[in-house]
Amino acid sequence: MSSPDYSKLLSPKVCALKKSGIRKFFDLLDTMEGVVGLTVGQPDFTTPWHIREAAETSIDEGKTYYTSNAGLPRLRDAIAGYLDRRFGLRYTQSEIITTVGGSEAIDLAVRAIVSPGDEVIVPEPSFVCYKPLVVMAGGIPVTVTTRVEDSFKLTPGALEAAITDRTKAVILTFPNNPTGAIMTKEDLEGIAGVLRDRDIAVISDEIYAELTYGRRHASIASLHGMRERTVIASGFSKAYAMTGWRLGYIAAPEPFIEQMLKIHQYVIMSASTPSQYAGLEAALHGDADIDYMREQYNYRRRYIRKRLSDIGLESFEPEGAFYIYPYIGGFGLSSDDFCNRLLYENACAIIPGTAFGDAGEGFARLSYAYSVKHIDTALDRIGDFVEKLKREKGL
Amino acid sequence: MDYSLLNLLETDAKLTDEQIAAMLGKETGDIKKMITEFEKNGTILGYRTLIDWDRTDREYVTALIEVKITPQRDMGFDKVAEKIYNYPEVKSVYLMSGGFDLALFIEGKTMRDVAYFVAQKLAPIEFVISTATHFVLRKYKDNGVIYGPTSDAELERGNCN
Repeated sequence: MSSPDYSKLLSPKVCALKKSGIRKFFDLLDTMEGVVGLTVGQPDFTTPWHIREAAETSIDEGKTYYTSNAGLPRLRDAIAGYLDRRFGLRYTQSEIITTVGGSEAIDLAVRAIVSPGDEVIVPEPSFVCYKPLVVMAGGIPVTVTTRVEDSFKLTPGALEAAITDRTKAVILTFPNNPTGAIMTKEDLEGIAGVLRDRDIAVISDEIYAELTYGRRHASIASLHGMRERTVIASGFSKAYAMTGWRLGYIAAPEPFIEQMLKIHQYVIMSASTPSQYAGLEAALHGDADIDYMREQYNYRRRYIRKRLSDIGLESFEPEGAFYIYPYIGGFGLSSDDFCNRLLYENACAIIPGTAFGDAGEGFARLSYAYSVKHIDTALDRIGDFVEKLKREKGL
Repeated sequence: MDYSLLNLLETDAKLTDEQIAAMLGKETGDIKKMITEFEKNGTILGYRTLIDWDRTDREYVTALIEVKITPQRDMGFDKVAEKIYNYPEVKSVYLMSGGFDLALFIEGKTMRDVAYFVAQKLAPIEFVISTATHFVLRKYKDNGVIYGPTSDAELERGNCN
């Protein structure tokens, strides 16, 4: 019996997908000891107790069945109330689907919208999932590079230039992972001006909406004429430190929902029931938790930026998420080489910007979802490494 | 009033002035000044360390004592409390609403020490009507900090995105 030719068993489309650049780096990390990392993309807080407790109670009460496909009606009502209360967005129960994390929400949106040959505009640097999901749906990702000179925002000009007759959708990725960039209401007005009179859908990944510093997040769906063409993908992970619960949601007009629900029904059935009860408690009574955690992130955000600047690594001021994205290109090393050497020589892990698209060359992503003490240890190592590089290069 | 400086120090008194300044986006000199002012006006009373003595071999017992008192003419609760809180064995004193008046936390080396204090010092005070002593069996949480073995949950936090 010979082993099969797997290239004949597997889908060429999937085989051609690149392994996530972050993943590669994490795999390397797993083989090393004593490394201090600023790598994780999830809160260091534990889910607030009252939320955990609500899930425990639901299990104790025997609520272990599937829910309706779109999720518990009470949870969808609570999400609608939350979106209105926090962001002034008006959705009804029938315009919301609860999903397995924000990731499923993005996938549902892409699959419901994209047909083979359709172009989808993806700003980069950005999180790693968009392009592969577009490719899996048969679409063609079209990269628009956001630039540090524009504070890593998507500009109307760049968007306009990327639009063709085949453009089907634009993915908005703000607050942005990895840059920490946000789009203000005024910025979004410019984008809306380009899209309003075109049949182009907007998939707005707003998973970091609660984590903005100084001003509240604005959703493009809150702008005149945009709600109709926008799918909001979001979730509980970042706002409530609930990454492990895998609970997200979609908010969109019913024509979108109707189609996305079919995919969700066939693939997922319904999101985990205990997680939905946890989410219900969070959406109803979790505002203070969000505010507390945001304040803690904000302290760390200011702190890490100051420390980077003291070391001589300048960074654009991140106004959202929990990442900072310093320029590391001044030493004649590529981002990959900088991060690899930092890892091997000074036992500190940060993610090369190139993991988030080619536009990330010259940058690195540091997460500040860590204690100040941990940030200090990592920054000491980065400081030593940068000193060494300066000596090497005679800077 | 902005409580962020006090909140930070209350959680971690070992933060340096420089760290706090960076975290709050202020100048180190201003932070030094603010802290000095808080120390002067009695808002900041001191800096201490949370110690889980159960992890050492030190012998000690803690008791919560409920005290009922007769209000004294020309003598408010403050004066009565003072007579009690000046004993070094008394770690905390609170004036309470409800079924009794003062709540005391007493610390001693042994239960006998505590019993001696109640019988010989506290009970004989003229305005003390009665006392009820409850010994602490185990401390689970104090000052917002959970005592006991540290969780290893963090070790399994995955690197996902």
